[in-house]
This record gives sequence, structure tokens and C-alpha cells, in this order.
Amino acid sequence: MAHELPYIAAVDEAIRLEMERDETVLYFGQNMATTENEPYVDAFGKDRVRVTPISETAEIGIAIGAALAGYRPVVELYMAEFMLVAMDQVINEAPRFRAMSGGQVKVPLVLKAGYGFTAGWAGQHTGTISSLFMGVPGLKVVVPSTAADAKGLMATAIRDDNPVVYLHNYLLTLEHGEVPDGEYLVPFGEAAVRREGGDVTIVATGWTVDRALEAATRLAADGIEAEVIDPRTLAPLDTQTILESVERTGHLVVVDQATRHASAASVIAAEVAEHGFSSLKAPIVLVTALDATMPYSEPLEQFVLPSEDKIVAAVRQVLGTAPVTA
Amino acid sequence: MSTAGERGELSRERLVWMYEQMLRIREFEERVKRTFEEQPGVMRGHTHLADGAEASIVGSIATLGPSDQFLTTYRCHGYPLVRGTDPKAMMAEIYGRRDGLCKGIGGSMHLTDVATGFMGTSGIVAAGIPHATGVAWAAQIRKQGQVVLCFFGDGASKQGAFFESLNIASLWKLPIVFVMENNGYNVHTRTEQEDANRANGEDLSVKAKAFSMPGVTIDGRDPIAVYETVGAAVDRARADDGPTLVESQMYRLSAHGNIIAPPGVPLHFPEHEAIEKFGAPEEYEAAKRGDPVPAFRGRLVGDGTLSAEEADRVAESVRREMQEAVSFALDSPFPEVETALEYVYA
Repeated sequence: MAHELPYIAAVDEAIRLEMERDETVLYFGQNMATTENEPYVDAFGKDRVRVTPISETAEIGIAIGAALAGYRPVVELYMAEFMLVAMDQVINEAPRFRAMSGGQVKVPLVLKAGYGFTAGWAGQHTGTISSLFMGVPGLKVVVPSTAADAKGLMATAIRDDNPVVYLHNYLLTLEHGEVPDGEYLVPFGEAAVRREGGDVTIVATGWTVDRALEAATRLAADGIEAEVIDPRTLAPLDTQTILESVERTGHLVVVDQATRHASAASVIAAEVAEHGFSSLKAPIVLVTALDATMPYSEPLEQFVLPSEDKIVAAVRQVLGTAPVTA
Repeated sequence: MSTAGERGELSRERLVWMYEQMLRIREFEERVKRTFEEQPGVMRGHTHLADGAEASIVGSIATLGPSDQFLTTYRCHGYPLVRGTDPKAMMAEIYGRRDGLCKGIGGSMHLTDVATGFMGTSGIVAAGIPHATGVAWAAQIRKQGQVVLCFFGDGASKQGAFFESLNIASLWKLPIVFVMENNGYNVHTRTEQEDANRANGEDLSVKAKAFSMPGVTIDGRDPIAVYETVGAAVDRARADDGPTLVESQMYRLSAHGNIIAPPGVPLHFPEHEAIEKFGAPEEYEAAKRGDPVPAFRGRLVGDGTLSAEEADRVAESVRREMQEAVSFALDSPFPEVETALEYVYA
């Protein structure tokens, strides 16, 4: 059985279920649990649910300590950029302790943060900075695009014995979707094929998955069948599903809300270039945000972002049905 | 000698044990230092010695109960030795060998021994303070009366991690004691050059006032003073009365660290910075005269707690123990290279 929920409520449902299931799960962050009648405080008490000051370094560092000591903290960070003030803890502390201790400790924690709020939030609250984390051995990176995955990937993240950066896309916050009832787990490292097609492979994550699906619908009207693959987790990355698709289609377009250089899209393109080169009938094309600080003004923001039009044009380019542009 | 703090008198056996532990740290690290200097390349990267801090380390660790926990900085050899970690495994770790405490992956800066409550070390200044605070949160939730000791240096007290963590620890009344080892230098910079309190003639423990927690400054070269002060703070934490900041003053008797650097790279000070950088050999010589290890021996022998012959026997036995640790490390093979990938993920 399933029920309909907004994407963000599906994340919440997973956290609640996991906290009910496992009393070592902690949930804390800024501007939460400030009154006695807040649902989380009411259900789980102030030992496990706490408000923190605006202290990201301490919040994430404390999560590491609690994880070392046997708990499973979920840190509510609100916006991915807020992790940037605590990057040492995210990149050079949490993922290092297991290795540096020779396997004596594990650091099971979830850093929950929204990203990609390209809705007029301008230069510092709109970033898609997921690729910063995907290159860090020891970290896992999760980027759900549907309400069901939002729930299932959060549950898996909480049960995982490693630090997980859980990135929910702010543009999807109120997108409704069918969500399975009760316990629901989506495994890490298994891409979802959102649409099957034999002419071109489009890889997209987060908010761009729906853009890719809409582009595919438009292309289908012209007889072009696109396969749309959503990796769902960037680390681990399911390159196998992408390579198998490219083997059949011979063409690849990678879409990313991030700026181009050192993006997840560029990593995926590199993997396919190395391991799937013989399948490719044309160069890979990336459809990313333009390399700019995200502007505030709406037409400028739209100009910078990837879009259905840009995806359609990229597909025509790789298929040779449109003039090749530099 | 006797001492009558609130925790009761230290027995003769305990005082001798404390001296022995101070000596164990010194002898262990003398061997690390000598290997670094005499056989360059055998030990890799960077090693930080605790000579001058032995009294503070022993006095602090001696206050802990069996289920208590602690976290340290990269200058981390002393604490586990006192806590009961096998020096053979520690030395093998510093040699990068298979039988190392952390299987040769951590090295000198990242010793960890969960079995004894040594939960980990960060090599980044102040980064471990929030970790210790989180371990203390876990202890508070678990409600089994555990206390956490958090060790860091004077330099760390200018990092945001320090301020953020002490604020939360006080706010949440966590069972933790923050032991700031002030050795007078942040790497190659003197404390008064980078600390507003010190520059204005105040002790660094005044920082505690900002977090509404007690702050106390002690002579960290006196193991009994450290034991009594940290012990009182541990008791306070265990009674759910919240954290304390202890500034333990001492003098680092070696340079900041041993760095293997090509000639001409200005990182490696073979001598203490007071001599090499600040042209103040008299400062260093004075500190040397206050070396806590011979000072404590002199005190114990002087008041009849220990005879000179007994003290010599302790020293001989410690030297033998640490020499065996070196032999063990040298005999241990290098790890299989594939183990580099084994502990990336749990």
C-alpha cells in the first residue's frame, strides 16, 4: 500500500519511522525542538531531539562524537551551503575516522541538507554542491528525486554505518508522489531507469530528472526515444546501469543542476568515456548550469540553469539531428 | 608524601605508579625522537612529542574510571600509554607496521584504542573538541555516569570549534572536562602573540567565563595538582553539574614536531623554537630545569616515598619495556597493501 505525500514530508516520515524503530537515532539542529509540544520532542524526548545554536562545526562534530559512541545522529542542516562553514568536519573528519582507526570505529551519521533552491535565492543559497562530497572516500552522497526515494533513501541513510550526505532538492519540496507505507528502504548504488528508450541515454539527478522526462516526451513526438536514468546516489555511483544503457543507445547526455566543471555530470561523463568509449557513436554532451554565481533576477537565473529546451537541443546534437555547436 | 584532596589521599603505590607512567611516556617518545633524528625515513610524515606534558597527561588520565572516555590531539602518544594501551602496538603503528594499533593506517597522529575509551584523535587543531563533546552527549543520554576528557592545546582555543563546542557543552550540561594544555607555543608562535587574554596578562582559563562554566589554571608540571584539579572537575561532571575548563600550564621541551622536509624548507626546527626562532635559549634552559619528570622523581625520593634505588629500578624496567616495543615494531611486517582499501567504508 502507498499514500501520497509531498517530497519533504516523505523525508520526515522516514526519520520518524527510524526513530521509532531504533532508539539510538538522534535528530538535532537549528530552530527545531524549541517547544515542548513539537512532535519530535513529544514523541522522542529532549535527550534525542535537540535544538542547537548556529554552530555547524560543533553540530557536525558533535554528531561525529555521538556516532563514535554508538548513536546514529541525523543533523538538520537546512541548506547544503551551511555545511561549507564546517567543511573540515564533513570532509576531513567524519569520513576519516574509520580508516585512521584501522577499522576500530564507525561513524554512522546523516547530514540532511537542502540544495539547489534556484527560486530567487540568489548567489549563496542555491548551489548544487553535491560533487564536493562525492569525491571523498568514506562519504556517501544521496540525491533523491521522488517522494518515494526521499523516504526510502533516508531510511537507508540512517541505517548505513557510514557518514551520509543526504541532499534533498529544495525545488522538489512540495512535489507530491506516491510513497510506500511503513518500512521502505531504497538501496544505495542502484540507479532507477525512469523511462526506457533505445536512441539516447539521459542521466539526470534531483530536480533535473523531471526536466529530462519532459524533454523525452517532446523528443518522442519526433520519434526519438530517450532512456532517462536517475542514479539516486552519487556515492556509491551505479555506473553499470549507465554503461549498459549507453551500450544500447550509443549516445549520452548528462544533465546536472550544478555548474559544469568538477560536477557530478563531468564525473559520469569521464566514467563512460573510459569504460564505454567503444559504445559511443558521438561525443558526450553535458547540460549543466552555466559557470556563474547564481543570479537573483529571474530571467538571468533561467538563462544559467539547465532546462527542457537545453536538454532537447543536446539530444538533437548528439544524435546529429541538429547543427553541432561548440 | 600525601595529598588530601576531595578524592582522598593518593597512596604510595599510586604515586609511584604516576611516576612510572610519566617515565613510560618519556622513554617511549625518546625512542620515537631518536629514530626520527638518527634514522630519517623510518618513521614517516610528522610526529609530535609530549615531553614536558607528562605530568599533566598522567594527572589527568589518572582521574578516569574504567568506563570513562577521552579524545586527544595529534600529540597523542602519552594518554593511551597511561590508560593501558600496549606500547608495542603503539610503536608498531608509528613504524607503519601490520601489528600497529590502527593497522598502520593511522600513524603517529591518529592513535585510537576504543577498548580503553580512547575514542580518537583529529590532526586538525581544535577539530576534536566537538567530537569529544558529542561523545559526552552520548554519555549523557546513556546515563551510566561516564565522563569524557577532552584534551587540546592553547592554539585550539582560538578556533571556532572551541567556542561552539564549549557553548553547547555548558548549555547542555554535558559530562565533560576540557583540558587545555598550554605549552606556551602555537606551533612556532608564542601564546602572547596570538591570544588576547595572554597578551593582556590574563590566564587562558578566563575564556570559560564566556560559557558560564568554571575555568581554572594550574601548574601542569605538577601531576598531583593536575590530578586534584581535573579530578574535582571530573567529579563535578559526573554529578551532572556540567563542564569545566582547565588550563594546564607547561612548557613543550621539544620543537613542535619532527618534519621530514628537504633541506632549505623552513619547517623543521631541530631545536625548540625558543632557541631556533626567538633567540631565547635562557627561556628554554629555565624550562628544562623545570622538567616535570626528574622533578617528580626528586620530590618522591626527597620525601621518602621512593628510594633512589627503587626509582632506578623503575626507570630500568621502563627502558626495557620501551626497547622491547621498538624491537616488536621492527619485527612486525608491513601490512598487505590491499588493506589500504579495507576500512574506507564500514
